[in-house]
Amino acid sequence: MAAADQTPGIRPRATLGRRLDIAARQAFPAGCTIALMLLTETPFGIADQATLLPAVTLACVYFWSLYRPAAIPPPVVFLIGLLFDLLGYLPLGVGPLTLLVVYGLALRWRRPLTAQGFATGWLAFAGFAAGGAVLCWVLAALLSFRLLPLGPALFEAALATALYPALAISLIRAHRTVADPERA
Amino acid sequence: MIRLSIQARQALAKLTLPVLIAASFGLMLLGKADALLAEHARMALADTLAPIYAALAEPLGDLRDSIASATDLWDVRAENTRLRDENERLRRWQSIALALDAENQRLKANLQWIPDPDPSYVTARVVADAGGVYAKAVLLSVGPNHGIRKGEIALDERGLVGRVTEVGARTARVLLITDLNSRIPVILENSRAHAILVGTNGARPRLTYWAEGAIPQEGERVVTSAEAGAFPANLPIGAVHYSAANVPEVVPAAMLDRLEIVRIFDYGLGGIVAPEAPGRLPDRRGR
Repeated sequence: MAAADQTPGIRPRATLGRRLDIAARQAFPAGCTIALMLLTETPFGIADQATLLPAVTLACVYFWSLYRPAAIPPPVVFLIGLLFDLLGYLPLGVGPLTLLVVYGLALRWRRPLTAQGFATGWLAFAGFAAGGAVLCWVLAALLSFRLLPLGPALFEAALATALYPALAISLIRAHRTVADPERA
Repeated sequence: MIRLSIQARQALAKLTLPVLIAASFGLMLLGKADALLAEHARMALADTLAPIYAALAEPLGDLRDSIASATDLWDVRAENTRLRDENERLRRWQSIALALDAENQRLKANLQWIPDPDPSYVTARVVADAGGVYAKAVLLSVGPNHGIRKGEIALDERGLVGRVTEVGARTARVLLITDLNSRIPVILENSRAHAILVGTNGARPRLTYWAEGAIPQEGERVVTSAEAGAFPANLPIGAVHYSAANVPEVVPAAMLDRLEIVRIFDYGLGGIVAPEAPGRLPDRRGR
């Protein structure tokens, strides 16, 4: 609402329905991230299904911090990270820290990453996924005082990188249509 | 709402990220200082989500079953012959087992043997994987007033699955024997030698600390030991298999990768509290 009011122009009256519409569109990025996280925990019986949760969470947070950082402010990222810890059975604090670091770096490099097309964003995400997975691994190992196997972390990074295009294409569609507050 | 100048608002916006990063470090400390906090939060979330997963599990299971039966149709003949052979073999074993059981009963009667008490158990459905990336565990949906306690033992129809480590109002978390934190005292059945079964997060846990001279044999059965009062004796775990690196591992008898229904047994043992999942301090307040 506040952002919309700063631009001049003629707009329809802010009725209740319209305000709800705008709120829903603004809540879409965080809402769909959380919904996807819960979906990955559904018992589909896929082998190594637990790896889907970090992969999807990293991809979603990276995507929305590039394309709509205003819709996931740091406190929301923190809450998503907390949910990630609880769902993924990680020591508390690992998820918020990892996601906030990904969010902060993606925000800082936002312009070069979005200006040069999708492939650059994907390549950069491969780096983000590897960094995020390794950071999670290091923190989990430090907090549980034991050397955890590195294999799952690398698999997690590879899975996230592989899933990113499919996820990003549908999220870009949503970003331009149902999630766009300008179209309310 | 408090009116702030644009500069102050911008400064605040810039501060949010560093403050929240500091808060995540604080959360890590909090999680280490109060291990029960994380456990309670986790189980509360699991309690909320378990009914949804349980409701979804049935149609998803039906779907999986129909896909599996469609693929089974291809080799139904070969499967049939294999099963007939196996049935033949098992029938022979059954007669041997019945004879041995009768003899065992007679001998026990002669020896004034005090029988082990029959354990009580509850049956529960596995609703979700509860391990995450760095642990091996499953979440059970157990219904309210279940009476399940930490440290109780989970078995499927073939063998040992693991131990209950966390209990919520409607759910229980079972740490599998393959988990990195799992340590189980076992007996090698042929040599009756003691050893420890160490989980590695892989499909097959490793055998360590066996007595000198009692080297595990390939294919030897491994059962639990009553040592330390954590498990009752002689629960089947699996069979010894040497890995490519010549390390003795145990192929679990339980179908740990597709658990559907498990039984939680209360043997009334309290020797050792359940192993801690990663990121927990030992629960000193007892169970």
